[in-house]
Amino acid sequence: MALLEIQDLHASVEGHEILKGLNLTLNAGEVHSIMGPNGSGKSTLAAVLARRETYEVTRGRVLFNGKDLLEMKPEDAACEGVFLAFQYPVEIPGIGNAYFVRSAMNAIRKFHGQEELDAMDFLPLYKERMKILEMDDKLVNRSVNEGFSGGEKKRNEILQMAMLEPKLAILDETDSGLDIDALRIVAKGVNAMRGPDRAFLVITHYQRLLDYITPDFVHVLVDGKIVRSGGAELALELEDKGYGPTEADLPQALPA
Amino acid sequence: MSTTANNTENENAMATATEKLGTYLGAYGELIADRQERDPVWLRQLREDAWQRFYAKGFPTTHDEDWRFTNLAALAKTPFQRAVKGSVTVTSGQIEKFRVPGAGCRLVFVNGYFSPELSEVGDLPDTLEICSLERAIAKAMEGGAPEGGAPEGIEQHLGRYADVRRDVFTALNTALWEDGAYLRIHRGAVIERPIHLLYVSAGAGAAIMTHPRTLIVAEPTSHAAVIEDYVSIGEETAFSNAVTELVAGQDAVVSHFLVERENLAAFNVSTLRLELARGTNVSSHSILLGGGLVRNNVHPVLAGEGAECLINGLFVGAGRQHLDNYMLVEHAQPQCSSRQFYNGILDDRARGVFHGRIVVHKDAQKTDAKQTNRNLLLSDDARIDTKPQLEIYADDVKCTHGATIGQIEEEQLFYLRSRGIEETSARNLLLYAFAAECLDRMQDSPAREFVASLIGDRLTDLAVNHQAVSSPAPIKDEAQSWEEVG
Repeated sequence: MALLEIQDLHASVEGHEILKGLNLTLNAGEVHSIMGPNGSGKSTLAAVLARRETYEVTRGRVLFNGKDLLEMKPEDAACEGVFLAFQYPVEIPGIGNAYFVRSAMNAIRKFHGQEELDAMDFLPLYKERMKILEMDDKLVNRSVNEGFSGGEKKRNEILQMAMLEPKLAILDETDSGLDIDALRIVAKGVNAMRGPDRAFLVITHYQRLLDYITPDFVHVLVDGKIVRSGGAELALELEDKGYGPTEADLPQALPA
Repeated sequence: MSTTANNTENENAMATATEKLGTYLGAYGELIADRQERDPVWLRQLREDAWQRFYAKGFPTTHDEDWRFTNLAALAKTPFQRAVKGSVTVTSGQIEKFRVPGAGCRLVFVNGYFSPELSEVGDLPDTLEICSLERAIAKAMEGGAPEGGAPEGIEQHLGRYADVRRDVFTALNTALWEDGAYLRIHRGAVIERPIHLLYVSAGAGAAIMTHPRTLIVAEPTSHAAVIEDYVSIGEETAFSNAVTELVAGQDAVVSHFLVERENLAAFNVSTLRLELARGTNVSSHSILLGGGLVRNNVHPVLAGEGAECLINGLFVGAGRQHLDNYMLVEHAQPQCSSRQFYNGILDDRARGVFHGRIVVHKDAQKTDAKQTNRNLLLSDDARIDTKPQLEIYADDVKCTHGATIGQIEEEQLFYLRSRGIEETSARNLLLYAFAAECLDRMQDSPAREFVASLIGDRLTDLAVNHQAVSSPAPIKDEAQSWEEVG
């Protein structure tokens, strides 16, 4: 059984149809990359899978581990093992990072009938994983993402992923805005988590990230549909030749 | 941020108010007769002046700028009776749940009367005098000083700060108080553990009123924390009209906590008058969680150079609660700083008011005054009126104010839920984070832990309640409405 099976998915935001019949299958152990121009529906796909309510699914179905993902609330999807690394992680003043992650871990553990972790068990694990992501210890008690640099926010997403150990991790343009050092660190964090029980859906504009996280499959999303699929080499080809209408992606030069 | 006063309603309220002063007149007459032997002359005079003031003015209406957002018609028309001493028995078991863990001592008042049986003073350092105000005055009259304090200590302070001319509730309290707490912290003393003053309203079969009066004298360089705590036993309505005068001597460091957690039928007016001498550091923390109609007056006067005052508060209302915060911060001397931070959370049809007035007198150069009021409205029917008011008569000052009104951010809620935290808990976490801004401004202490746990419980109720009402079930129309009676 596939881990994630998306069939003929149509989704709209505020009445505008963004996904127009998307099909995709992921097996555990695989890394898939989705590339495509701005506005093609990449982030919409991520939001639908994370069960964001502002995105309305109008047709199709999504099975996660054999269960109907579209019936799930965001918290249920998370407990079942779906994780979204946000493109724009949200700042939450007043809630400490460590407290937040421990609450999330315990919510998931409770869902699976496991015992909750106390702070003594949790903290050493958290700090160890912070070290892998080269994050400052001081961030432990700082409010979630508050006053973090762009790079710190993205690393914090990967840190949460490392703690929550999802079955499916969706990275929504995690590379955007990262300098090369931060990108390497993020990739290191992701690669450390690759394994036979876990799948990744890596959404990106740029082939650069895929130099560090080698995908098994690359898909091209244009206008709400997957138009091409291939192996890692497809990403290189896209870097060379573009998705097709690449001009729309470039800033228009102003007439002199 | 606006209001329309309904004229007819106000005229009705005014008429009702004067008619109903009769019950207060009766109570005053009884009290004077009862206390003839006990009250010293100066106190009788104080009461009489205050009574005349109250009787001449009656209860304010919404025409009065200071009461524009709070209609007192329901309070004015209820014939509250003077509580009878000992008419209700409260057991220590009944008040156990109100205990403040880590408190150094506890004075308990039942319907305004001191209860020695329920109070716990234990092993107190002799640098702290604590007893009921009634007892302190009796001792002073016997000629002895109350536990070693100066005999003139009370007369010199009581009623000298809380002004009966500017506020009728202060006048009413000054005329009608039966008892309250007296605290004196000696020069240089550091009282480590918080002092708990517990004011219990217990159903007496009729609507009763109490007028607790507290006097706190913190001598120079002393340190202490006091928790003034209002609770109810049972669901009956009651009117508590408290006045506390807190006098901080030079370089004293004092924290005052007001905790309002009475039942939803309660009327509570609390007036805290702070007098800050040179170099003092005084904090007022108001935590309003319960009560039906609550008015929280905080009036610090920064009367000595370099005094610092923190005026911190959190009000949490649901149902039809009406929580009105009236701040009057007076800068009278140079180089003082005041910080006002009030956070409000309102659900259902609850209504909140924040009126922040800052007066900088002519001599108060280099004043640094700041005011912030932040509000979260959890329902479309909740309402906040927030009004800053600056009066500046000095020319070299820094005054800022700001107010915000918002809802729970859906982005934040989704972020938490996407990590596995279910909606009610996520909502609760966000509410708590907002409320925690108020806790962050308190020093680490048992008092802070105590209010943190009260706030946590209240917000859990709110998150659960919110979940329940966001499903189709209609909001229950409670019998009370603070606006539509009169």
